[in-house]
Amino acid sequence: MSQGVSTAVAPSRIGPRRWLIAVGTLIVVSVVALLVGSVALSPAGVLKALADRLPLISVDHGLSELETRLLFELRLPRVVMGGLVGAVLAVAGAGYQGVFRNPLADPYLLGVAAGAGLGATLVIGLGAGSATIPPVAFLGGLGAVGATYALSRTAGGRTTTSLILAGVAVAAFATAVQTFLLQRSYDTLREVYSWILGRLVTVGWGEVWTLFAYASGAVVVLVVHRRLLDVLALGDEEASGLGVDVVKVRRFVVVAATLATAAAVSVSGLIGFVGIIVPHTIRLLTGWSYRVIVPLSLVFGATFLILADLGARTLVAPGELPIGVVTAFLGAPFFLLVLRTMRGSS
Amino acid sequence: MISWQTVSVAFAGRTVVGPLSLTVADGEWLGLIGPNGSGKSTLLKSAVGIVPHEGTVDLGGRERRAGIDIAWMPQRPFLPEEMNVANYVLLGRTPHLGYLGSESRHDLESVSRALHRLQLDDLSERALSTLSGGEAQRAVLARALAQESPILLLDEPTSSLDVGHALEVLEIIDDLRHNEGLTVITAIHDLTLAGRFADRLVLLAAGEIVADGSPSDVLTEEVLIPNYGPGIRVENNGDGPTVIPTRSRRE
Repeated sequence: MSQGVSTAVAPSRIGPRRWLIAVGTLIVVSVVALLVGSVALSPAGVLKALADRLPLISVDHGLSELETRLLFELRLPRVVMGGLVGAVLAVAGAGYQGVFRNPLADPYLLGVAAGAGLGATLVIGLGAGSATIPPVAFLGGLGAVGATYALSRTAGGRTTTSLILAGVAVAAFATAVQTFLLQRSYDTLREVYSWILGRLVTVGWGEVWTLFAYASGAVVVLVVHRRLLDVLALGDEEASGLGVDVVKVRRFVVVAATLATAAAVSVSGLIGFVGIIVPHTIRLLTGWSYRVIVPLSLVFGATFLILADLGARTLVAPGELPIGVVTAFLGAPFFLLVLRTMRGSS
Repeated sequence: MISWQTVSVAFAGRTVVGPLSLTVADGEWLGLIGPNGSGKSTLLKSAVGIVPHEGTVDLGGRERRAGIDIAWMPQRPFLPEEMNVANYVLLGRTPHLGYLGSESRHDLESVSRALHRLQLDDLSERALSTLSGGEAQRAVLARALAQESPILLLDEPTSSLDVGHALEVLEIIDDLRHNEGLTVITAIHDLTLAGRFADRLVLLAAGEIVADGSPSDVLTEEVLIPNYGPGIRVENNGDGPTVIPTRSRRE
Protein backbone atom coordinates (compact mmCIF):
# COMPACT_ATOMS: atom_id res chain seq x y z
CA MET A 1 0.00 0.00 0.00
CA SER A 2 2.79 2.40 0.79
CA GLN A 3 4.74 1.70 -2.39
CA GLY A 4 5.69 4.82 -4.23
CA VAL A 5 4.99 6.99 -1.18
CA SER A 6 7.74 9.50 -0.85
CA THR A 7 6.14 12.74 0.29
CA ALA A 8 7.96 13.92 3.37
CA VAL A 9 5.54 15.37 5.87
CA ALA A 10 6.71 17.48 8.78
CA PRO A 11 4.72 19.52 11.26
CA SER A 12 5.40 23.27 11.28
CA ARG A 13 8.30 24.04 13.54
CA ILE A 14 10.85 26.69 14.29
CA GLY A 15 14.07 25.73 12.57
CA PRO A 16 17.51 26.28 14.15
CA ARG A 17 18.11 29.36 11.98
CA ARG A 18 14.97 31.08 13.22
CA TRP A 19 15.79 30.21 16.82
CA LEU A 20 19.26 31.61 16.37
CA ILE A 21 17.96 34.86 14.91
CA ALA A 22 15.27 35.22 17.61
CA VAL A 23 17.46 34.47 20.61
CA GLY A 24 20.48 36.30 19.15
CA THR A 25 18.40 39.46 18.65
CA LEU A 26 17.06 39.22 22.19
CA ILE A 27 20.58 38.90 23.64
CA VAL A 28 21.98 41.78 21.59
CA VAL A 29 19.06 44.09 22.44
CA SER A 30 19.28 43.16 26.13
CA VAL A 31 23.01 43.91 26.30
CA VAL A 32 22.54 47.23 24.50
CA ALA A 33 19.74 48.11 26.94
CA LEU A 34 22.13 47.40 29.83
CA LEU A 35 24.83 49.63 28.38
CA VAL A 36 22.78 52.65 27.35
CA GLY A 37 21.29 55.14 29.76
CA SER A 38 21.95 58.35 31.67
CA VAL A 39 25.32 56.85 32.66
CA ALA A 40 27.08 54.94 29.91
CA LEU A 41 28.69 51.70 31.09
CA SER A 42 31.67 50.09 29.38
CA PRO A 43 30.61 47.07 27.32
CA ALA A 44 33.55 44.96 28.48
CA GLY A 45 32.88 45.90 32.11
CA VAL A 46 29.20 44.96 31.86
CA LEU A 47 29.89 41.62 30.18
CA LYS A 48 32.59 40.79 32.73
CA ALA A 49 30.36 41.84 35.64
CA LEU A 50 27.57 39.62 34.31
CA ALA A 51 30.01 36.71 33.93
CA ASP A 52 31.25 37.35 37.47
CA ARG A 53 27.75 36.64 38.79
CA LEU A 54 27.70 33.18 37.23
CA PRO A 55 28.47 30.28 39.55
CA LEU A 56 32.12 29.15 39.71
CA ILE A 57 33.33 32.16 37.70
CA SER A 58 35.24 35.06 39.14
CA VAL A 59 36.23 37.97 36.89
CA ASP A 60 37.62 41.38 37.70
CA HIS A 61 35.16 43.60 35.85
CA GLY A 62 36.58 47.00 36.65
CA LEU A 63 33.19 48.72 37.26
CA SER A 64 32.95 51.06 40.24
CA GLU A 65 30.67 50.13 43.11
CA LEU A 66 28.14 52.74 41.95
CA GLU A 67 28.22 51.38 38.41
CA THR A 68 27.82 47.83 39.68
CA ARG A 69 24.79 48.87 41.73
CA LEU A 70 23.37 50.76 38.78
CA LEU A 71 23.79 47.67 36.64
CA PHE A 72 22.43 45.06 39.02
CA GLU A 73 19.86 47.01 41.00
CA LEU A 74 18.39 49.30 38.33
CA ARG A 75 19.16 48.35 34.76
CA LEU A 76 19.22 44.56 34.92
CA PRO A 77 15.90 44.19 36.80
CA ARG A 78 14.36 46.71 34.44
CA VAL A 79 15.58 44.86 31.34
CA VAL A 80 14.48 41.51 32.75
CA MET A 81 11.12 42.99 33.71
CA GLY A 82 10.66 44.54 30.28
CA GLY A 83 11.48 41.18 28.72
CA LEU A 84 9.07 39.30 30.97
CA VAL A 85 6.18 41.74 30.49
CA GLY A 86 6.73 41.80 26.72
CA ALA A 87 6.94 38.00 26.50
CA VAL A 88 3.84 37.53 28.63
CA LEU A 89 1.70 40.10 26.76
CA ALA A 90 2.76 38.78 23.36
CA VAL A 91 2.17 35.11 24.14
CA ALA A 92 -1.18 35.92 25.78
CA GLY A 93 -2.13 37.82 22.62
CA ALA A 94 -1.20 34.80 20.49
CA GLY A 95 -3.35 32.62 22.76
CA TYR A 96 -6.41 34.88 22.47
CA GLN A 97 -5.98 35.14 18.71
CA GLY A 98 -5.83 31.35 18.45
CA VAL A 99 -8.89 30.52 20.52
CA PHE A 100 -11.02 33.32 19.08
CA ARG A 101 -9.73 32.70 15.53
CA ASN A 102 -9.32 36.42 15.23
CA PRO A 103 -5.93 38.00 14.52
CA LEU A 104 -7.11 41.23 16.11
CA ALA A 105 -8.01 39.70 19.47
CA ASP A 106 -5.73 41.07 22.16
CA PRO A 107 -5.01 40.57 25.85
CA TYR A 108 -7.27 43.46 26.77
CA LEU A 109 -10.23 41.98 24.96
CA LEU A 110 -12.15 40.57 27.88
CA GLY A 111 -11.97 43.64 30.09
CA VAL A 112 -8.62 42.80 31.74
CA ALA A 113 -7.15 46.24 31.17
CA ALA A 114 -10.23 48.18 32.18
CA GLY A 115 -10.66 46.09 35.35
CA ALA A 116 -7.01 46.41 36.29
CA GLY A 117 -7.13 50.15 35.54
CA LEU A 118 -10.13 50.53 37.83
CA GLY A 119 -8.28 48.64 40.57
CA ALA A 120 -5.23 50.89 40.24
CA THR A 121 -7.40 54.03 40.21
CA LEU A 122 -9.11 52.91 43.40
CA VAL A 123 -5.78 52.33 45.15
CA ILE A 124 -4.30 55.63 44.01
CA GLY A 125 -7.53 57.55 44.66
CA LEU A 126 -7.84 56.17 48.18
CA GLY A 127 -4.24 57.13 48.86
CA ALA A 128 -3.17 53.59 49.68
CA GLY A 129 0.53 52.76 49.24
CA SER A 130 1.79 52.08 45.73
CA ALA A 131 2.79 48.58 46.86
CA THR A 132 -0.89 47.68 46.92
CA ILE A 133 -1.42 48.66 43.25
CA PRO A 134 -0.26 45.35 41.71
CA PRO A 135 -2.45 42.98 43.76
CA VAL A 136 -5.52 45.20 43.50
CA ALA A 137 -4.98 45.75 39.76
CA PHE A 138 -4.60 41.97 39.37
CA LEU A 139 -7.87 41.39 41.25
CA GLY A 140 -9.55 44.11 39.19
CA GLY A 141 -8.44 42.43 35.96
CA LEU A 142 -9.62 39.00 37.09
CA GLY A 143 -12.88 40.44 38.43
CA ALA A 144 -13.60 42.07 35.07
CA VAL A 145 -12.96 38.82 33.19
CA GLY A 146 -15.19 36.96 35.67
CA ALA A 147 -17.93 39.53 35.04
CA THR A 148 -17.42 39.16 31.27
CA TYR A 149 -17.90 35.40 31.53
CA ALA A 150 -20.96 35.68 33.75
CA LEU A 151 -22.50 38.27 31.44
CA SER A 152 -21.85 36.28 28.26
CA ARG A 153 -23.42 33.18 29.81
CA THR A 154 -26.60 34.96 30.79
CA ALA A 155 -26.74 36.90 27.52
CA GLY A 156 -25.98 34.45 24.81
CA GLY A 157 -24.53 31.15 25.92
CA ARG A 158 -21.05 30.10 24.96
CA THR A 159 -20.42 31.70 21.61
CA THR A 160 -17.28 33.69 20.96
CA THR A 161 -19.28 36.70 19.82
CA SER A 162 -21.28 36.92 23.04
CA LEU A 163 -18.04 36.66 25.03
CA ILE A 164 -16.37 39.47 23.09
CA LEU A 165 -19.46 41.70 23.27
CA ALA A 166 -19.69 41.06 27.01
CA GLY A 167 -16.00 42.05 27.27
CA VAL A 168 -16.75 45.32 25.50
CA ALA A 169 -19.65 46.03 27.86
CA VAL A 170 -17.65 45.22 31.00
CA ALA A 171 -14.71 47.33 29.79
CA ALA A 172 -17.02 50.27 29.04
CA PHE A 173 -18.57 50.00 32.50
CA ALA A 174 -15.23 49.73 34.31
CA THR A 175 -13.85 52.66 32.32
CA ALA A 176 -16.92 54.73 33.19
CA VAL A 177 -16.48 54.03 36.91
CA GLN A 178 -12.78 54.83 36.59
CA THR A 179 -13.50 58.15 34.87
CA PHE A 180 -16.04 59.01 37.57
CA LEU A 181 -13.47 58.33 40.30
CA LEU A 182 -10.85 60.39 38.45
CA GLN A 183 -13.21 63.34 38.21
CA ARG A 184 -13.82 63.14 41.95
CA SER A 185 -10.13 63.18 42.83
CA TYR A 186 -8.47 65.55 40.44
CA ASP A 187 -5.16 65.64 42.32
CA THR A 188 -4.41 61.95 41.64
CA LEU A 189 -5.08 62.27 37.93
CA ARG A 190 -1.46 62.46 36.91
CA GLU A 191 -0.43 59.42 38.93
CA VAL A 192 -3.29 57.33 37.56
CA TYR A 193 -2.54 58.36 34.00
CA SER A 194 1.12 57.53 34.38
CA TRP A 195 0.03 54.05 35.46
CA ILE A 196 -2.45 53.75 32.61
CA LEU A 197 0.25 54.64 30.07
CA GLY A 198 2.47 51.92 31.45
CA ARG A 199 5.82 52.14 33.16
CA LEU A 200 8.75 50.00 34.12
CA VAL A 201 10.27 52.80 36.20
CA THR A 202 9.83 51.63 39.76
CA VAL A 203 10.91 48.14 39.00
CA GLY A 204 13.11 46.19 41.36
CA TRP A 205 13.81 42.48 41.68
CA GLY A 206 10.77 41.99 43.96
CA GLU A 207 8.36 42.90 41.17
CA VAL A 208 10.30 40.77 38.69
CA TRP A 209 9.89 37.68 40.89
CA THR A 210 6.24 38.49 41.56
CA LEU A 211 5.49 38.59 37.86
CA PHE A 212 7.53 35.47 37.23
CA ALA A 213 5.63 33.58 39.92
CA TYR A 214 2.21 34.68 38.65
CA ALA A 215 2.84 34.34 34.95
CA SER A 216 5.19 31.37 34.44
CA GLY A 217 2.54 28.69 34.97
CA ALA A 218 0.15 30.49 32.64
CA VAL A 219 2.83 30.83 29.97
CA VAL A 220 3.59 27.11 30.16
CA VAL A 221 -0.13 26.34 29.66
CA LEU A 222 -0.19 28.58 26.57
CA VAL A 223 2.94 27.03 25.10
CA VAL A 224 1.75 23.44 25.50
CA HIS A 225 -1.56 24.25 23.79
CA ARG A 226 0.07 25.56 20.61
CA ARG A 227 -0.67 22.45 18.52
CA LEU A 228 -4.32 22.48 19.58
CA LEU A 229 -4.61 26.14 18.58
CA ASP A 230 -3.79 25.02 15.04
CA VAL A 231 -6.65 22.50 15.17
CA LEU A 232 -9.03 25.22 16.40
CA ALA A 233 -8.23 27.12 13.19
CA LEU A 234 -10.69 24.72 11.51
CA GLY A 235 -13.58 26.02 13.60
CA ASP A 236 -15.36 24.48 16.55
CA GLU A 237 -17.37 21.90 14.65
CA GLU A 238 -14.51 20.40 12.67
CA ALA A 239 -12.16 20.49 15.66
CA SER A 240 -14.80 18.61 17.68
CA GLY A 241 -15.11 16.10 14.84
CA LEU A 242 -11.36 15.50 15.28
CA GLY A 243 -11.90 14.64 18.92
CA VAL A 244 -10.81 17.98 20.40
CA ASP A 245 -12.74 19.16 23.46
CA VAL A 246 -13.06 22.70 22.15
CA VAL A 247 -14.69 24.14 25.27
CA LYS A 248 -11.93 22.73 27.48
CA VAL A 249 -9.11 24.03 25.26
CA ARG A 250 -10.71 27.46 25.02
CA ARG A 251 -11.21 27.62 28.78
CA PHE A 252 -7.60 26.62 29.54
CA VAL A 253 -6.13 29.08 27.06
CA VAL A 254 -8.36 32.02 27.98
CA VAL A 255 -7.80 31.53 31.72
CA ALA A 256 -4.04 31.23 31.23
CA ALA A 257 -3.84 34.24 28.90
CA THR A 258 -5.96 36.30 31.26
CA LEU A 259 -3.93 35.37 34.34
CA ALA A 260 -0.72 36.17 32.50
CA THR A 261 -2.03 39.50 31.23
CA ALA A 262 -3.44 40.53 34.61
CA ALA A 263 -0.09 39.71 36.23
CA ALA A 264 1.81 41.78 33.65
CA VAL A 265 -0.62 44.69 33.84
CA SER A 266 -0.52 44.70 37.63
CA VAL A 267 3.23 45.38 37.71
CA SER A 268 3.71 47.47 34.58
CA GLY A 269 0.46 49.32 33.99
CA LEU A 270 -1.27 49.24 30.65
CA ILE A 271 1.18 48.65 27.83
CA GLY A 272 -0.79 48.36 24.64
CA PHE A 273 0.00 47.02 21.17
CA VAL A 274 2.43 44.26 22.22
CA GLY A 275 -0.23 41.54 22.28
CA ILE A 276 -1.43 42.34 18.79
CA ILE A 277 1.67 43.51 17.00
CA VAL A 278 4.18 40.88 18.02
CA PRO A 279 2.17 37.72 17.21
CA HIS A 280 0.75 39.31 14.09
CA THR A 281 4.14 40.32 12.76
CA ILE A 282 5.43 36.81 13.40
CA ARG A 283 2.39 35.44 11.58
CA LEU A 284 3.07 37.66 8.59
CA LEU A 285 6.72 36.66 8.48
CA THR A 286 6.57 32.95 9.30
CA GLY A 287 3.09 31.74 8.43
CA TRP A 288 -0.06 30.53 10.09
CA SER A 289 1.03 27.92 12.63
CA TYR A 290 0.71 28.59 16.35
CA ARG A 291 3.45 26.00 16.84
CA VAL A 292 5.75 28.72 15.54
CA ILE A 293 3.83 31.84 16.57
CA VAL A 294 3.51 31.00 20.28
CA PRO A 295 7.17 30.28 21.11
CA LEU A 296 8.45 33.08 18.88
CA SER A 297 5.98 35.51 20.48
CA LEU A 298 7.68 34.84 23.80
CA VAL A 299 11.11 35.72 22.43
CA PHE A 300 10.15 38.63 20.16
CA GLY A 301 7.69 40.02 22.73
CA ALA A 302 10.59 40.26 25.17
CA THR A 303 12.87 41.84 22.55
CA PHE A 304 10.21 44.32 21.45
CA LEU A 305 9.46 45.60 24.94
CA ILE A 306 13.12 45.86 25.99
CA LEU A 307 13.68 47.93 22.85
CA ALA A 308 10.61 50.06 23.57
CA ASP A 309 11.78 50.66 27.12
CA LEU A 310 15.21 51.63 25.84
CA GLY A 311 13.43 54.21 23.69
CA ALA A 312 11.28 55.34 26.62
CA ARG A 313 14.28 56.21 28.76
CA THR A 314 16.61 57.62 26.10
CA LEU A 315 14.51 59.48 23.50
CA VAL A 316 13.75 62.49 25.72
CA ALA A 317 16.60 62.02 28.26
CA PRO A 318 16.98 63.08 30.99
CA GLY A 319 13.19 62.81 31.02
CA GLU A 320 11.31 59.61 30.33
CA LEU A 321 8.39 58.73 28.07
CA PRO A 322 5.60 56.40 29.15
CA ILE A 323 6.45 53.03 27.60
CA GLY A 324 2.87 52.60 26.33
CA VAL A 325 3.41 55.68 24.17
CA VAL A 326 6.65 54.23 22.80
CA THR A 327 5.11 50.83 21.99
CA ALA A 328 2.43 52.61 19.99
CA PHE A 329 4.95 54.94 18.30
CA LEU A 330 7.32 52.11 17.39
CA GLY A 331 4.71 49.45 16.89
CA ALA A 332 2.17 51.06 14.62
CA PRO A 333 4.55 52.20 11.83
CA PHE A 334 6.56 48.98 12.04
CA PHE A 335 3.39 46.98 11.76
CA LEU A 336 2.23 48.98 8.76
CA LEU A 337 5.61 48.49 7.14
CA VAL A 338 5.45 44.73 7.61
CA LEU A 339 1.90 44.67 6.33
CA ARG A 340 2.81 46.65 3.21
CA THR A 341 5.91 44.56 2.54
CA MET A 342 3.99 41.32 2.84
CA ARG A 343 1.11 42.51 0.68
CA GLY A 344 3.58 43.82 -1.88
CA SER A 345 5.49 40.56 -2.10
CA SER A 346 2.35 38.44 -2.35
CA MET B 1 -21.15 -1.47 12.02
CA ILE B 2 -22.94 1.73 12.83
CA SER B 3 -26.49 1.93 14.00
CA TRP B 4 -28.69 4.93 14.72
CA GLN B 5 -31.31 3.80 17.23
CA THR B 6 -34.38 6.04 17.47
CA VAL B 7 -32.13 9.04 16.95
CA SER B 8 -33.69 12.46 16.68
CA VAL B 9 -32.14 15.90 16.41
CA ALA B 10 -33.92 19.13 17.24
CA PHE B 11 -32.75 22.72 16.79
CA ALA B 12 -34.50 25.38 18.86
CA GLY B 13 -37.31 22.98 19.69
CA ARG B 14 -37.94 22.02 16.05
CA THR B 15 -37.20 18.42 15.13
CA VAL B 16 -35.08 18.26 11.97
CA VAL B 17 -34.19 14.56 11.98
CA GLY B 18 -36.07 11.48 13.14
CA PRO B 19 -36.72 9.82 15.32
CA LEU B 20 -35.25 7.22 12.98
CA SER B 21 -33.33 3.98 13.14
CA LEU B 22 -30.80 2.91 10.57
CA THR B 23 -28.08 0.27 10.58
CA VAL B 24 -25.15 0.11 8.20
CA ALA B 25 -23.15 -3.12 8.13
CA ASP B 26 -19.35 -3.36 8.19
CA GLY B 27 -17.92 -2.82 4.73
CA GLU B 28 -21.19 -1.51 3.33
CA TRP B 29 -21.46 1.69 1.27
CA LEU B 30 -24.64 3.58 2.06
CA GLY B 31 -25.68 6.57 -0.03
CA LEU B 32 -27.82 9.13 1.78
CA ILE B 33 -29.93 11.02 -0.70
CA GLY B 34 -32.70 13.54 -0.31
CA PRO B 35 -33.62 17.08 -1.24
CA ASN B 36 -31.95 20.10 0.38
CA GLY B 37 -32.85 20.40 4.05
CA SER B 38 -33.88 16.77 4.36
CA GLY B 39 -31.46 16.19 7.25
CA LYS B 40 -28.60 14.30 5.55
CA SER B 41 -25.81 16.44 6.97
CA THR B 42 -27.43 16.57 10.40
CA LEU B 43 -27.78 12.79 10.49
CA LEU B 44 -24.06 12.43 9.72
CA LYS B 45 -23.15 15.01 12.37
CA SER B 46 -25.23 13.16 14.96
CA ALA B 47 -23.06 10.09 14.34
CA VAL B 48 -19.88 12.10 14.86
CA GLY B 49 -21.32 13.49 18.08
CA ILE B 50 -21.13 17.15 17.14
CA VAL B 51 -24.85 17.87 17.27
CA PRO B 52 -26.82 17.02 20.38
CA HIS B 53 -29.29 14.21 19.74
CA GLU B 54 -31.78 11.94 21.43
CA GLY B 55 -31.41 8.18 21.06
CA THR B 56 -28.16 6.31 20.66
CA VAL B 57 -25.56 5.77 17.97
CA ASP B 58 -24.22 2.26 18.44
CA LEU B 59 -20.88 1.08 17.04
CA GLY B 60 -21.34 -2.61 17.76
CA GLY B 61 -21.32 -2.07 21.51
CA ARG B 62 -18.09 -0.05 21.56
CA GLU B 63 -17.91 3.39 23.07
CA ARG B 64 -17.69 6.11 20.44
CA ARG B 65 -14.29 7.84 20.45
CA ALA B 66 -14.55 11.12 18.64
CA GLY B 67 -12.46 11.20 15.49
CA ILE B 68 -11.01 7.71 15.97
CA ASP B 69 -13.96 5.44 15.20
CA ILE B 70 -15.57 7.79 12.71
CA ALA B 71 -13.92 10.12 10.22
CA TRP B 72 -16.19 12.88 8.96
CA MET B 73 -15.69 15.04 5.90
CA PRO B 74 -17.86 18.15 6.25
CA GLN B 75 -19.88 19.53 3.39
CA ARG B 76 -18.42 23.02 3.72
CA PRO B 77 -15.05 22.58 5.36
CA PHE B 78 -13.17 25.62 6.59
CA LEU B 79 -9.82 25.83 4.84
CA PRO B 80 -7.33 28.12 6.62
CA GLU B 81 -5.92 30.05 3.68
CA GLU B 82 -2.22 29.95 4.47
CA MET B 83 -2.04 26.40 5.80
CA ASN B 84 -0.30 24.02 3.42
CA VAL B 85 -1.86 20.77 2.24
CA ALA B 86 0.45 18.45 4.20
CA ASN B 87 -0.15 20.27 7.46
CA TYR B 88 -3.88 20.36 6.82
CA VAL B 89 -3.98 16.61 6.23
CA LEU B 90 -1.81 16.17 9.32
CA LEU B 91 -4.67 17.62 11.39
CA GLY B 92 -6.48 14.38 10.58
CA ARG B 93 -4.13 12.65 13.03
CA THR B 94 -5.34 14.85 15.90
CA PRO B 95 -7.66 12.23 17.42
CA HIS B 96 -4.73 9.82 17.79
CA LEU B 97 -2.41 12.20 19.59
CA GLY B 98 -3.85 12.72 23.02
CA TYR B 99 -4.46 16.12 24.56
CA LEU B 100 -0.91 17.42 24.60
CA GLY B 101 0.77 14.78 22.44
CA SER B 102 2.73 15.27 19.25
CA GLU B 103 2.98 13.36 16.00
CA SER B 104 4.94 10.13 15.80
CA ARG B 105 6.61 8.74 12.72
CA HIS B 106 3.54 6.54 12.18
CA ASP B 107 1.32 9.64 12.07
CA LEU B 108 3.53 11.29 9.45
CA GLU B 109 3.51 8.10 7.37
CA SER B 110 -0.29 7.92 7.54
CA VAL B 111 -0.46 11.45 6.20
CA SER B 112 2.02 10.66 3.48
CA ARG B 113 -0.10 7.67 2.43
CA ALA B 114 -3.31 9.72 2.41
CA LEU B 115 -1.65 12.39 0.25
CA HIS B 116 -0.43 9.74 -2.14
CA ARG B 117 -3.80 8.03 -2.44
CA LEU B 118 -5.43 11.27 -3.46
CA GLN B 119 -2.57 12.23 -5.77
CA LEU B 120 -1.67 15.22 -3.68
CA ASP B 121 2.07 14.46 -3.40
CA ASP B 122 3.03 17.35 -5.66
CA LEU B 123 0.67 19.74 -3.91
CA SER B 124 1.71 18.93 -0.36
CA GLU B 125 3.61 22.20 0.14
CA ARG B 126 0.96 24.39 -1.51
CA ALA B 127 -1.17 26.76 0.56
CA LEU B 128 -4.82 25.75 0.68
CA SER B 129 -5.86 29.10 -0.79
CA THR B 130 -4.00 28.31 -4.01
CA LEU B 131 -5.85 25.06 -4.72
CA SER B 132 -8.63 24.63 -7.24
CA GLY B 133 -12.01 23.52 -5.91
CA GLY B 134 -11.32 19.92 -6.84
CA GLU B 135 -7.83 19.90 -5.32
CA ALA B 136 -9.20 21.37 -2.11
CA GLN B 137 -11.88 18.72 -1.96
CA ARG B 138 -9.26 16.01 -2.36
CA ALA B 139 -7.25 17.62 0.47
CA VAL B 140 -10.29 17.48 2.74
CA LEU B 141 -10.86 13.86 1.83
CA ALA B 142 -7.19 13.11 2.48
CA ARG B 143 -7.56 14.61 5.96
CA ALA B 144 -10.48 12.28 6.63
CA LEU B 145 -8.50 9.28 5.30
CA ALA B 146 -5.53 10.19 7.50
CA GLN B 147 -7.77 9.57 10.50
CA GLU B 148 -7.67 5.86 9.55
CA SER B 149 -11.11 5.32 11.01
CA PRO B 150 -13.12 2.21 10.13
CA ILE B 151 -16.17 4.33 9.34
CA LEU B 152 -16.02 7.15 6.80
CA LEU B 153 -18.82 9.73 6.69
CA LEU B 154 -18.54 11.92 3.61
CA ASP B 155 -20.86 14.87 3.22
CA GLU B 156 -20.99 15.73 -0.48
CA PRO B 157 -17.47 14.47 -1.29
CA THR B 158 -17.80 15.29 -4.98
CA SER B 159 -19.70 18.58 -4.93
CA SER B 160 -16.79 20.63 -6.33
CA LEU B 161 -15.49 18.02 -8.72
CA ASP B 162 -16.02 17.65 -12.43
CA VAL B 163 -17.44 14.31 -13.47
CA GLY B 164 -14.01 12.85 -14.24
CA HIS B 165 -12.53 13.76 -10.89
CA ALA B 166 -15.74 12.79 -9.12
CA LEU B 167 -15.52 9.31 -10.59
CA GLU B 168 -11.84 9.13 -9.69
CA VAL B 169 -12.43 10.08 -6.06
CA LEU B 170 -15.37 7.72 -5.68
CA GLU B 171 -13.25 4.89 -7.16
CA ILE B 172 -10.55 5.62 -4.59
CA ILE B 173 -13.13 5.44 -1.82
CA ASP B 174 -14.45 2.19 -3.26
CA ASP B 175 -10.93 0.71 -3.36
CA LEU B 176 -10.37 1.67 0.26
CA ARG B 177 -13.65 0.13 1.23
CA HIS B 178 -12.74 -3.15 -0.41
CA ASN B 179 -9.07 -3.24 0.57
CA GLU B 180 -9.46 -2.09 4.14
CA GLY B 181 -13.02 -3.07 4.94
CA LEU B 182 -14.19 0.47 5.56
CA THR B 183 -17.82 1.30 6.10
CA VAL B 184 -18.73 4.30 3.96
CA ILE B 185 -21.70 6.61 4.24
CA THR B 186 -21.96 9.43 1.73
CA ALA B 187 -24.51 12.19 1.55
CA ILE B 188 -24.65 12.96 -2.13
CA HIS B 189 -26.80 15.05 -4.41
CA ASP B 190 -25.89 13.39 -7.68
CA LEU B 191 -28.40 10.55 -7.68
CA THR B 192 -26.89 8.71 -10.61
CA LEU B 193 -23.42 8.71 -9.07
CA ALA B 194 -24.91 7.66 -5.74
CA GLY B 195 -26.55 4.71 -7.45
CA ARG B 196 -23.36 3.72 -9.29
CA PHE B 197 -21.25 3.41 -6.16
CA ALA B 198 -23.43 2.76 -3.12
CA ASP B 199 -24.67 -0.73 -2.26
CA ARG B 200 -27.73 0.76 -0.72
CA LEU B 201 -29.53 4.08 -0.84
CA VAL B 202 -31.57 5.73 1.90
CA LEU B 203 -33.81 8.60 0.84
CA LEU B 204 -34.47 11.16 3.52
CA ALA B 205 -37.22 13.74 3.35
CA ALA B 206 -38.02 16.18 6.13
CA GLY B 207 -35.78 14.19 8.47
CA GLU B 208 -37.56 10.87 7.92
CA ILE B 209 -36.50 7.80 5.97
CA VAL B 210 -38.93 7.51 3.06
CA ALA B 211 -37.11 4.84 1.06
CA ASP B 212 -34.38 2.32 1.86
CA GLY B 213 -33.10 -0.25 -0.56
CA SER B 214 -30.83 -1.07 -3.46
CA PRO B 215 -30.21 1.68 -6.04
CA SER B 216 -32.61 0.07 -8.48
CA ASP B 217 -35.33 0.00 -5.78
CA VAL B 218 -34.87 3.62 -4.70
CA LEU B 219 -33.97 5.34 -7.96
CA THR B 220 -37.38 5.08 -9.55
CA GLU B 221 -39.69 7.81 -10.73
CA GLU B 222 -42.34 6.59 -8.26
CA VAL B 223 -39.97 7.19 -5.32
CA LEU B 224 -38.12 10.28 -6.54
CA ILE B 225 -40.85 12.47 -8.08
CA PRO B 226 -42.87 12.92 -4.85
CA ASN B 227 -39.69 14.14 -3.14
CA TYR B 228 -37.81 16.01 -5.87
CA GLY B 229 -40.68 17.27 -8.01
CA PRO B 230 -41.91 16.25 -11.47
CA GLY B 231 -38.82 17.18 -13.49
CA ILE B 232 -37.17 13.80 -13.14
CA ARG B 233 -36.93 10.84 -15.47
CA VAL B 234 -35.17 7.60 -14.66
CA GLU B 235 -33.69 5.42 -17.38
CA ASN B 236 -32.25 2.00 -16.82
CA ASN B 237 -29.38 0.69 -18.85
CA GLY B 238 -26.61 -1.78 -18.26
CA ASP B 239 -24.84 0.45 -15.70
CA GLY B 240 -27.88 0.87 -13.48
CA PRO B 241 -30.45 3.62 -13.09
CA THR B 242 -29.65 7.02 -14.60
CA VAL B 243 -31.54 10.00 -13.25
CA ILE B 244 -32.19 12.65 -15.87
CA PRO B 245 -33.46 16.14 -15.14
CA THR B 246 -36.14 17.24 -17.59
CA ARG B 247 -37.80 20.56 -18.29
CA SER B 248 -41.53 20.70 -18.22
CA ARG B 249 -41.59 24.08 -19.97
CA ARG B 250 -39.56 25.10 -23.03
CA GLU B 251 -39.21 28.50 -24.61
